[in-house]
Amino acid sequence: MQLSATHLWMIPALPLLAAAIGSLTPRGGRKLAAGAAIAAMIGAFVLSCGALVTALAQPAVHASANFTWFALGNEVVRVGWLLDPLTAFMAVMVTFVGTLIFIFSLGYMKEDRNFTRFFCFLSLFAAAMLGLLVANSLLLLFVCWELVGLASYLLIGFWFHKPAAAAAAKKAFLTTRIGDLGLLLGLLWLYHVRGSLLCYDGGAGVLEQGSLTALAGTTVAGGFALSTAIGLLIFCGAIGKSGQFPLHVWLPDAMEGPTPVSALIHAATMVAAGVFLVARVYPLMLADQALASVPVHALTVVAGIGAITALLGAAIAVAQNDIKRVLAFSTVSQLGYMMLALGVGSWVAAIFHLLMHAFFKALLFLGAGSVIHAAHHEQDVRRLGGLGRRMKATFATFAVGTMALAGVPFLFSGFWSKEAVLHAAHAWPVSSLPLLVGLAAVVLTAFYMTRLITGIFLGAPRTDAAAEAHENSAVMTGPLLILAACAIGLGFIGTPAWPWLQSNLGGIVVEPESIWEAPGLMLLSIGLVVTGLGAGWAVYGRRRNVNASSVDPLAQAAPGLFAVLAARLGFDEFYAATFGRLNTWVAALADGLDRRVWDSLVSLLARAGEFSGVLNREADEDILNRGFDRTSATVRGVGQTYSRAQAGETHGYLRTVALAFVVFALVLLLGGVR
Amino acid sequence: MNLPLLSLLVFMPWAGAVLLAVLRNARPAVARTVTLAFSLSTLALGWAVLLRFDPAVTGFQLVERRPWIEALNIHYFLGLDGLSLLLVLLTGLIAPAGLLASWRDARSPRMFGALFLVLQGSALGVFLALDFFHWFLFWELSLVPVFFLIKLWGGENAGRAAYQFVIYTIGGSAFLLLGFAAVFAATGTVDFGQLATLAADGTLTARLAHLGNFWPQVVFVGVLLGVAVKVPLYPFHTWLPPAYAEAPTGVSMFLTGVMSKMGVYAFLRILWPIFPAPLHAAAPCLLVLALAGVVFGAFAAMRQTDLKRMVAYSSVNHVSYCLLALFAVSAASGPGGPAAGAASAALGGALLQMFNHGLSAAALFCCVGVLESRAGGRSGLDDFGGVRAAAPVFAGLCGIALFSSLGLPGLNGFVGEFFIFRGVFGLAPWTAAIACLGLFATAYFLLTFWQRVFHGPRAGAAVGNWPDLRGVELAPLVPLVALMLLLGVLPQLLTGLFNPLVAHWVAALAHP
Repeated sequence: MQLSATHLWMIPALPLLAAAIGSLTPRGGRKLAAGAAIAAMIGAFVLSCGALVTALAQPAVHASANFTWFALGNEVVRVGWLLDPLTAFMAVMVTFVGTLIFIFSLGYMKEDRNFTRFFCFLSLFAAAMLGLLVANSLLLLFVCWELVGLASYLLIGFWFHKPAAAAAAKKAFLTTRIGDLGLLLGLLWLYHVRGSLLCYDGGAGVLEQGSLTALAGTTVAGGFALSTAIGLLIFCGAIGKSGQFPLHVWLPDAMEGPTPVSALIHAATMVAAGVFLVARVYPLMLADQALASVPVHALTVVAGIGAITALLGAAIAVAQNDIKRVLAFSTVSQLGYMMLALGVGSWVAAIFHLLMHAFFKALLFLGAGSVIHAAHHEQDVRRLGGLGRRMKATFATFAVGTMALAGVPFLFSGFWSKEAVLHAAHAWPVSSLPLLVGLAAVVLTAFYMTRLITGIFLGAPRTDAAAEAHENSAVMTGPLLILAACAIGLGFIGTPAWPWLQSNLGGIVVEPESIWEAPGLMLLSIGLVVTGLGAGWAVYGRRRNVNASSVDPLAQAAPGLFAVLAARLGFDEFYAATFGRLNTWVAALADGLDRRVWDSLVSLLARAGEFSGVLNREADEDILNRGFDRTSATVRGVGQTYSRAQAGETHGYLRTVALAFVVFALVLLLGGVR
Repeated sequence: MNLPLLSLLVFMPWAGAVLLAVLRNARPAVARTVTLAFSLSTLALGWAVLLRFDPAVTGFQLVERRPWIEALNIHYFLGLDGLSLLLVLLTGLIAPAGLLASWRDARSPRMFGALFLVLQGSALGVFLALDFFHWFLFWELSLVPVFFLIKLWGGENAGRAAYQFVIYTIGGSAFLLLGFAAVFAATGTVDFGQLATLAADGTLTARLAHLGNFWPQVVFVGVLLGVAVKVPLYPFHTWLPPAYAEAPTGVSMFLTGVMSKMGVYAFLRILWPIFPAPLHAAAPCLLVLALAGVVFGAFAAMRQTDLKRMVAYSSVNHVSYCLLALFAVSAASGPGGPAAGAASAALGGALLQMFNHGLSAAALFCCVGVLESRAGGRSGLDDFGGVRAAAPVFAGLCGIALFSSLGLPGLNGFVGEFFIFRGVFGLAPWTAAIACLGLFATAYFLLTFWQRVFHGPRAGAAVGNWPDLRGVELAPLVPLVALMLLLGVLPQLLTGLFNPLVAHWVAALAHP
């Protein structure tokens, strides 16, 4: 079966349809919602396989199908689908792991009353994630990028009645959004400069030669090439999404979500989207490599961030007691490896490790889910123990996952992909620090996984919950077995003897040199794995008479260091004390400006208005009115006086007439009537 | 037969108001039905207009122009272009939704309906009038019903809020009137189209300068003040949070959904075409103010403990995005013109944002109204908890409105905001970069809203009997939310109305 780029939209459309069905299904329709979701994932898997077949026929081609989304003003916004081996391999992985996790969820979420909604959100996530993979436009990719963030938010906060889950969901959304703002600015800049966000568009796409030459040839502030600036802004988005230092703080908290969610979103797929994004825009990240005079190459920053994250995550994982948090920091660390590989120039090693990690980390998380489900939601490794005897399938598969993650040689996929990363770091001419950091993290990884697996499965049960745990049903162990088979078998598609994956992916970007030189390095890393496993066994494997409140041997040996690591190096506290406080301060400033300054000015103006009103009134009353009043009072007084003379009495009138007559007569007489 | 569709649009709501005034003994149910029916006339007539509207024509359509006061050269002049049509349709959606949201308010529905219809007609008049004289009548007339609606149907401090709102806005309008009096004295016309023509060739400035050298500036500042208070432009916004917070739900919806667009509309219809040169000169300063509105509006919202005030501040933030786009374009206009792609994206994005903000902000006020009515008038951020467990449908609809407001891709809000940023980045990159802080802060406070009210264990007013949305409560929210989903995927339903107009504006910018 083949699936061309034109029909690629069907892959995300199927889960989207399932999500729509799930959203309209009432609470009772559990079978419908779950059935639609799983059927859609299986369908998407089949289609993805078809796409892979198509893509591998011509692995060096970026087949695209572009179309107009809408017009705005005199601009046309075009988006499209992109089919190349990167898209196809990722889609196959996501749909395959997704299907297994969906099936596992049938068992894990069986008792949840919001079962239908869970599958609706899972399908929404799958649709967005697959959309992100098949998008040929960075705008469409950004849309899906934010939608996977939404799905992640909804699923971390799935048990929203728990305040911790609600807070973790918000933290995840906001922390990744900080990175997304960088990504947004990068895309805006790219859009502005190139007038399009299509990756491949018959020569006019932003990832094609014409665009890359122009971007690398433009210098912006600080002497950076424009391609470096845009590349690093886009990388900000990847830092947020893939839990890289310094934005890694949300990922461990995200473990508040149901365990299948942690497996699917926060281990296998969504958190790898950052790595995928950098891989997708890799031509852009590479564009400044030929320039000698830039302050820093974009990929050097990527390598640095990846190396820091790889070591940081592995170190913190050593001192965590929650199973899921150990695995979460392990994911942070492994994503760091992938970034490191991208940074040192091995695009293929990064994707190889991404794919292998998706299988064995999903396996480990589902194994953890199986344990948690069996032990009545007990997930503190100190309160478990001795589960191996009663949960044989889970134990065996978890052990496979552990060995894959630790990089136990030859049989396990993680070994091959990790070796690819380390060899790429070895071949990097710029600095040997990433290699040293990578090797240090190898020891730590083997060590913390030994600590984890012995704590859960060996020894004696340390609580009643652990003592009563029993193996889960086939719907949960089945996916574990399949994923375990993948964790063993899949590595062989990328071995030096048969580099099938590399040859197919390598068609896209030419590798600087073969990554399979330096056999001494392989021996060294095998030695480090053995050291890590041995040290872990020495410290944790032979402990006797431990109970739930026993102090960790490492905490006894180095209490200060252990406490610092257990507190995750204090990143959360540091951010709360700096950015959190700054945020509150700006908000208080904005609010205070309104209440104190602008409102007061308005009040002052109003007072001035009132005052002028008072003045007016006073002027009216005192000057105009009172003057008028006085005049009229005078007039009235005069009138009153006169009115006495006209009181209406006949006697009075006669008296007046008589008096007047007398006066008149006297005047005449005295005046001299001559 | 050629119906005077635009006159009908404006006067049907008023006719309804008159009818309600006459029906003195109407039962509440009758009064509400009559109000709703006349309010819906806008949507029906808007649809009829839509069918006759030709988007390719960038001039005014369905024009009605008759001499009115001939001695003063004043005409009764209605007409519409893509911009007006967009806002007419928005009014047609928001006004009935607002009425439905206040459907259960038992206090004198007849009076409420009559005042509401007067308000609706006035807003439509503003969007359709093309002669300053009656445009200004509509503009001022809209304040009268709002004053009574807030004062008589509002919350505890409604009296003060209504008073402040009306006095502040009238204060601004006084300057606007003064400005246009001067314009009239100088030119003898207040027809927007004629004034724009006079402005384009510099005659207007020359004639105003005839009155005195400072008059062109005085007139511009006067008109700017009148419009800035109405939008509102930071820092003339302090009347807004109390007014929106104290108004009854339906009126808050109308204020934020429609009335805040009147100011932006005036910017586009009056300031921009009639005073292009002074606006260009002032644009860098105005850009800073719009940016302050974006950033401080969002951060101030973070500090609010009352949900209505929080949503009100989010309106300050969202409307400021529109202004940011307009000022960025205006600042970049001039000889040679701004980058056409960026200007077109900014203007198109601003128009989309006007419509989208209308939908999402009205829906949010509607949701807060539901919370308030369930909680006996309380609407504090900490008065609730775990509402999602009690009312999942309500939580879902409110959640979509919240995410639309914070610009989640796939919902309507994103498209407008993305293209505003795309345009502003091309015209004033640092402004766009700083405005991103507003995006972050918006997400922060909206998710805080969602977390405190809907998540966690049931608490506060959400304890006890808390029914999900029922019957008429669904009526305003469902269409708004459906449109959010639809327009997020198919923005062309809106952009098709105004694309040629935007292209025309951009072309005009290149040759000032």
